[in-house]
Amino acid sequence: MDEVLGFAHKESRVSGGSDGLIVDAIARSFNGQRAVDQVSFEVRPGELVALVGASGSGKTTTLRIVAGYEQPDSGRVLFGGQDFTRLGPAKRGFGMVFQHYALFPHMSVIENVAFGLEARGVGRAERRQRAGAALERVGLDGKGERMVQQLSGGEQQRVALARAVLIEPRLLLLDEPLSNLDPTLRASTRDELRATLKATKAPALFVTHDQDDAFAIADRIVLLSLGHVLQIGSSEDLYDRPVSRQVAKFIGHATLVHARRHGDSADVTIDGTTHQVALSSFAGLSDGETGAIVLRPEAVEIVPRGEGRGTDGEWPAVVDSRRFAGAGFVYRLRLDHEIVIEVASRSRIDPGTTVGMRVTRPVPMVP
Amino acid sequence: MTIASWLGGRSRAERLATLAALPLLLILAWTVIYPNVSVIAGSFGHWKEFAESPSDVEALKNSIIIAVASVVASLAIGVPLAFLLTRFDFPGRTLLRAAALLPAALPPLVGVISFLFLYGDTGVITRVTQIVLGLKEVPWHLNGIGAIIFIHAYTMYVYVYLFVSAGLERYESSLDEAAIGLGAGTFRRLTRVTLPLLTPAIAGSALLVFMSALGSFSAPYVFGGGIRVLSTQILNSKLNDAIGLAYVETTVLAISAVAGLMLFRWLEGKRLYVAPGKGGASRQPVRSRSARIGLACAAGLIVLVLVLPHLMIVLVSFAKDGAWTTQMLPPEYTTHNYAGLFTTNQLWTPIRNSIVMSVLATAADLVFCVAGAYLIVTRKFSGRKLLETLVALPWAIPGTAVALGLLATFNTNDLAAGKILLVGTFWILPLAYFVRNIPLVSQAVEGSLRQMDLSLESAARGLGASWWMAVRRVVLPAARPGIVAGALLACVTAVGEFVASIVLYTHGNRPISIEILAQLRSYAFGTASAYSALLIGLVLIMALTARIAESRMK
Repeated sequence: MDEVLGFAHKESRVSGGSDGLIVDAIARSFNGQRAVDQVSFEVRPGELVALVGASGSGKTTTLRIVAGYEQPDSGRVLFGGQDFTRLGPAKRGFGMVFQHYALFPHMSVIENVAFGLEARGVGRAERRQRAGAALERVGLDGKGERMVQQLSGGEQQRVALARAVLIEPRLLLLDEPLSNLDPTLRASTRDELRATLKATKAPALFVTHDQDDAFAIADRIVLLSLGHVLQIGSSEDLYDRPVSRQVAKFIGHATLVHARRHGDSADVTIDGTTHQVALSSFAGLSDGETGAIVLRPEAVEIVPRGEGRGTDGEWPAVVDSRRFAGAGFVYRLRLDHEIVIEVASRSRIDPGTTVGMRVTRPVPMVP
Repeated sequence: MTIASWLGGRSRAERLATLAALPLLLILAWTVIYPNVSVIAGSFGHWKEFAESPSDVEALKNSIIIAVASVVASLAIGVPLAFLLTRFDFPGRTLLRAAALLPAALPPLVGVISFLFLYGDTGVITRVTQIVLGLKEVPWHLNGIGAIIFIHAYTMYVYVYLFVSAGLERYESSLDEAAIGLGAGTFRRLTRVTLPLLTPAIAGSALLVFMSALGSFSAPYVFGGGIRVLSTQILNSKLNDAIGLAYVETTVLAISAVAGLMLFRWLEGKRLYVAPGKGGASRQPVRSRSARIGLACAAGLIVLVLVLPHLMIVLVSFAKDGAWTTQMLPPEYTTHNYAGLFTTNQLWTPIRNSIVMSVLATAADLVFCVAGAYLIVTRKFSGRKLLETLVALPWAIPGTAVALGLLATFNTNDLAAGKILLVGTFWILPLAYFVRNIPLVSQAVEGSLRQMDLSLESAARGLGASWWMAVRRVVLPAARPGIVAGALLACVTAVGEFVASIVLYTHGNRPISIEILAQLRSYAFGTASAYSALLIGLVLIMALTARIAESRMK
């Protein structure tokens, strides 16, 4: 089951032989605090992988260990089958985009971009020409002679990217590449960033606390919490087939409701009435085991009370509150004294009204 | 038409601020601008004399050579030390970090004397070296340009060390990491990224060293040997009653200082950027065993060199006057030197003088600078820029030049010309101390006020507080760290002041530094050292007080 869900077990040693990056059971403590604990994952050639987690989840430390700025206490970092664990950052040949971009404030834009070539002893004329071309590719032609402070946040981000890409890195590392951008710019930059990263053909590993960034850019996501890997998989895997309550709660809005697996469906008992809900996944739960079903707003709908009264699959509920959300309303429905579910609906219903709620599609179940 | 409306300005508040700044501007015009103008005016007719005097031309050349060489030497010590102490962890780091600031606790003349005891022809280190190496002659002579640069490097590297350390603490470590990741080696990273980004700190401290070294008086005066520099030439000319020539020398010295200041500002302006950063670089533990041992030994040695001058002063302060002649260390010890300071009237007078005069000057500085800083930071008015510039101006003028200016202005009672007779009275030294410390206190108070949210005062007024209540309950508490630090610094500087004192003192108001010099001249090393130790003690107590006050306020 683990394999199906793309869940690498904590203790597992990833088998070698890959051309990409393999992070193998790395751990790192700071002042006795475990920042990263037995983290394993891989980045295959050409793949974009996101390290996602809340602050303190160990994602940045993991990235810094991959980059070589931190040494793991244990575990290995392999690239192209070679052990990179003790190799200095410069020798790895990775390109890094820092969270605040780390652009050299005393250099012009083009000097910044060309710095990696300068360090490699490339002549002035050639490096300016190549840096200029790199700037053109990120849409900054003509801005090479500016000082970096004169650029907007979005432009600075592209300079940082151009600088990292120009040294033709074997792997690109990006630390919160979008966190310094305002929300409107952020959305448009996501697609741009994915296109640029795909065009470089180098695999990329990037850190973000924002699941929307990860969904939009990454091929696969490594979800971290408190230094541990919670789940590894595609966006759909994490959203539709979470392996634990933590994953279900972190990804998207979800209400967890206690249930018992029963074949391909789950039994949910509310106020003494048992309802059956079809399951899309069940994260390794065996038949008869209890856990929780993951109810997301788009998987449920409100039906006016009385329409299909008593029919199977309709749960009685009371509207707790209503919130205007542009395209419609978001309702908080109370199923019993502790279960409250968020549901989107276009129709206008007043709080206090008794309604019916229906689960419209198979939902995941987690232990 | 009221005076306020005549002053112009867009609003009543602006005109009021201009009106409030007027007395401050007048005082500055009288005590800072007018003296310098008097000096320049007095110099006319004597420039030919200056240009044709070989010793004056040599003095100008020496002053500049010494200033530049002191900058180079201070950078050579201060920059590596700052890197070592902020970037690496090794045994002895904490001790070295504390000792690195010790030279700052030596008042100018005291530092010079301790070097004389240690490295002079009959100094302890000189003799030890002679004996260890089995030499017939002393291994070196502590005089000339080399000696001056040596002691400047010892006392002035602290500026560089402090500025560069502060720069490194704030330095954004990801910039270095980016350079490393892009393939830059250590040398390229330092020269292309780290050092260029530290330019503001390096240039700022280099300027401070340049100004201090250019105006330095004690070192050339005590062991310059035959070396002439501008600051000592000024005193010579004054003592020889060639006051016109002294004015020329003063003008040349002041012009050199201002030229240096402008040169640095210009260089800084060419690199106008602020290195961003929240710091974050952690110190790298030195892992190699041999490197750790080497660093620990080096740290120990440096600490010893840094502490020796202080130890030597304390040791000699217990030496019996006149007993120490050819022995390596003083042969007889007594506590009489200290007892004498407080019981002999002749010896107590300078201590009382220094304390009274420095307290008076500091009190005046506080009233003046708090008012000035308040206006500069919280108000917009015509004349603000002028006030800001004038308040900083005495800093750019060497102490000897400040003294000569006061000498040229307060030497006669002529109210029509704006002159009153203070020279030869008690009051001329407090005035000199007041003028010299205006920039110091202003900067400290301004610094604190700039950290205050400017809307706080408006908020207090909006809640119904009177202006005075808002100032008393909101503004002054915000400025308190700066007020305390500025007052203590000003007090310490004034208590040990030597450069302006030697030009302006009378027998009646002679301060400690002048008495130290007199005791040295009569070979009363013990008494001279007891005074010196007292000064060092005062400096340390005040520094400690400042630190405690600072931590309490946090």
